[in-house]
Amino acid sequence: MTTPVRPYAGTPVRDLLEVDALTVHFTRRTGLFGSHREIVQAVNGVTLAVGRQETLGLVGESGCGKTTLARAVLRLVDKTSGTARFDGQDLFALAPAELRRMRRRLQIVFQDPYASLNPRMTIGAAIREGLTIHKLAEGAAADRRVRELLEEVGLSADAAHGYPHEFSGGQRQRAGIARALAVEPELLVCDEPVSALDVSVQAQVLNLLMDLQARRGLSYLFISHDLAVVRHVAPRVAVMYLGRIVEEGPAEALYARPRHPYTQALLSAVPVPDPVTQRPRIVLPGDPPSPVNPPPGCPFHPRCQHSAKDQTCMSVRPELEERAPGLRAACHKG
Amino acid sequence: MSRLRGLWARFRARRIAVAGLVVVVLLALAALGAPLLAPADPLAQPDPVALQNQPPSPEHPLGTDRFSRDVMSRLLYGARVSLGIGAAAALLAAVIGAGVGVAAGLGSPLVDQLLMRGVDVALALPRVFLLLLVLALWEGAPAGVVIVLLAVTGWFPTSRVVRALVQRLREAEFVQAARALGAGRWGLVRRHLLPHLAPAVIVAATLDVGNIILLESGLSYLGLGIRPPAPSWGNMILDGKDQLFSTPWVAAAPGLALLVTVVAFNLVGDGLQDALDPRSEK
Amino acid sequence: MSGPDATPGGPLLEIADLRVTFATGDGVARAVDGVDLVVEAGETVGLVGESGCGKSVTALAVLRLVEHPGHIAHGSRVRFEGRDLLALADRDIRAVRGNHLALIFQEPATALNPVLTIGSQIAEVIRTHQHGSRAEAKRRALEMLRAVGIPDAERRADGYAHQLSGGMRQRVLIAIALACRPHLVIADEPTTALDVTIQAEILELLDGLQRQMGMAVLLITHNLGLVAERTRRVYVMYAGQIVEEAGTEALFAAPLHPYTQGLMAAVPRLDQLRERLAAIPGQVPPATAWPGGCRFHPRCPFAFDRCNAEMPPLLPSGDGRKARCWLVEDEAYRGTGVPAHRDQQGEGGGAP
Repeated sequence: MTTPVRPYAGTPVRDLLEVDALTVHFTRRTGLFGSHREIVQAVNGVTLAVGRQETLGLVGESGCGKTTLARAVLRLVDKTSGTARFDGQDLFALAPAELRRMRRRLQIVFQDPYASLNPRMTIGAAIREGLTIHKLAEGAAADRRVRELLEEVGLSADAAHGYPHEFSGGQRQRAGIARALAVEPELLVCDEPVSALDVSVQAQVLNLLMDLQARRGLSYLFISHDLAVVRHVAPRVAVMYLGRIVEEGPAEALYARPRHPYTQALLSAVPVPDPVTQRPRIVLPGDPPSPVNPPPGCPFHPRCQHSAKDQTCMSVRPELEERAPGLRAACHKG
Repeated sequence: MSRLRGLWARFRARRIAVAGLVVVVLLALAALGAPLLAPADPLAQPDPVALQNQPPSPEHPLGTDRFSRDVMSRLLYGARVSLGIGAAAALLAAVIGAGVGVAAGLGSPLVDQLLMRGVDVALALPRVFLLLLVLALWEGAPAGVVIVLLAVTGWFPTSRVVRALVQRLREAEFVQAARALGAGRWGLVRRHLLPHLAPAVIVAATLDVGNIILLESGLSYLGLGIRPPAPSWGNMILDGKDQLFSTPWVAAAPGLALLVTVVAFNLVGDGLQDALDPRSEK
Repeated sequence: MSGPDATPGGPLLEIADLRVTFATGDGVARAVDGVDLVVEAGETVGLVGESGCGKSVTALAVLRLVEHPGHIAHGSRVRFEGRDLLALADRDIRAVRGNHLALIFQEPATALNPVLTIGSQIAEVIRTHQHGSRAEAKRRALEMLRAVGIPDAERRADGYAHQLSGGMRQRVLIAIALACRPHLVIADEPTTALDVTIQAEILELLDGLQRQMGMAVLLITHNLGLVAERTRRVYVMYAGQIVEEAGTEALFAAPLHPYTQGLMAAVPRLDQLRERLAAIPGQVPPATAWPGGCRFHPRCPFAFDRCNAEMPPLLPSGDGRKARCWLVEDEAYRGTGVPAHRDQQGEGGGAP
């Protein structure tokens, strides 16, 4: 998996997906009678891009906003500010009919193979839904297409008549992938697609996703909390914390020498199947933060273990700056 | 349709629910076949003097009332009334309730609040009282009006259940997936919501039938529902109540029929509820 | 193979021929089918397997928490500190649970009672087993909360589960489990539901407490990384049986059972980039219909005729290791991990 060669700055080649300073805030009512309103700053000024036939890995723990980001990009939730462009077109400025057409081009694979399929619909009907909505095929032609898709994802053709509960997690996930592929997308947002699966099944589905990418020329925005999985699939990785990108760059560089203290802690926390090698472990104190009340300055400073942490960290928000070729980190000290 | 078979298997496992179902089916057959099964014309009064208040006999299996009308025939035709009104009103209530529930569940918070607070107010009003009021003022209301009234005063609980379900389903991942595929609102409702709502609505409607039958009988007993001489279990009980000890069969037959019917519908409703329990569907 | 502090008079926990079945609509599920497992005092032992292998049921069976339609078969034995837990009277087994032998569940969200205060749930365990006064139990509960690193313990003790994050709840569960200083803690996927950084914290905590209290830990997990880092010995479970047991270092250096090899090859690793993950073809068969012969043979790349015909027992491979595979009898295989007959592929592997 090689990093795609980028043309030099003069050529106006567009990335397939361009997210620019995207911000998504929700209001939530809490308290006894919904009297107390709080603002959840789920995504705070995220800028990223996914090129054609490229995979960008997005890594982060719960509460970092990666799922909200995925949904915003798919226009399943509303944005608060910023832009998201697909192939040059502003996703949030599309009229309903245009949006519907655009939906063919970006699809999503969800994390939970149990919840992402309608339990009362057969697998075949679920896959066919996309074909029906976009008038891609009907009747016998649609049935044929469903069979082809099932085979492409490694399921047997008679899976079409079965209901989700008759299948295993791995098979359901494959069905979800087939459903997304039915409308012939160019970009697939994979939101923790293998996190709910067993190790051996994970490997099967990851291999499938890699094969599909090669065969269909797909782009992936691959979201996961599992750093080892992301390392395997993505040549470029972005790390998210409390609604912001804190580090991004080529996977090799990022994993070998992370610049941001959070990335360093994250990598050190991943248990590696090697009993012999001792690695220094950075243990982060305290709880992961709540996106309701992000701290001023650097969002990570309350838990940061960096020796040079100081007042600047606590009051000034760091921007992403280049620390090594292609590698950017948002840290005053890193 | 392996799911239907699975459903039937689970339903069948509860024998008491099956007993209820058997009764309901028999009742439906009796009601439908009333013209064939009834020994006599329910309205006919062959001999108001000689044949009045006859105890059960071969010609009159359930005896006659004080107008010498055959009780059994009246019971069978009364079954038509009860089941007919019960089913029609329950169905209508289910449709209205589901419609409002979906509108509230899918609509904006404003729409939702308006609809649901309206329902809250309506639930605070006593159903029986409303029915009594309208029917007392409207002399001789036809059966159709009774059905509509019963439905219109009874859809509120269904709407709340449906709304809660729809709100939950709205956030379900498979609904998000359908939206991501480009499904429009109607598509979502038709393909994803309705199949999930159907079980709850069917259960609510089935349980409601028993209620409605009782209500209708009560109204008829009070002289506000089906007016004599047309037979209804309610007005049959009215007829026989003054002679409970001298000619018990006149009131006992419809009374017992009511009891058995309502219990049967409740058993079927409960059985359906258990069989449709999403936990058993995995 | 005995651990570093072999208890005189026998191991701390000795499971022998444990069999647990479940009566299901599709027949009898043999969830645990003849498991032998030993934990010595003070050591950390791992039990590794994927979902459906029976590891969680094993944990429940040890504490006799298996309920209808599950059934612990008659010949099973679970000896803890010399006593057969399966033969104890109800009152006696309750005196063991939470007291000398504790269980940490997987789901911190549901394992805590939402309507009782945190402090009272910890105190409850203490008072059940140690008949002290209420005040004494409360004091001990606070002590435990501090020991597991919950800040502002007094306030938290009067609070409720929903006010805590997942990591905090898991700490509370650990506090409850450790409140009576058990000799053995069975931790069933204790960090699966938690973020990676929180996971690291929780495991460090558990390690520290273990050293402090001299407890033994049976760590049940599907995560090979956890096992590598935290355990001294490992049991690998598949289809209701132990298929390999070995010291952790030895296991990772040279896994003997093809399933263990498959698992290790299928896991993406931070420290090794691989072009393609070697996925194990097929899927775990249902517990109501384990395949005949070796249960892994339909998915095994090295399977040959004998595998289909006869179920291998746990065969020793020298140096205290065992694996449930006929290949272990082949000395060349033990050395290289590749069977001699691999070159002439027989009826190997199953269809995906």
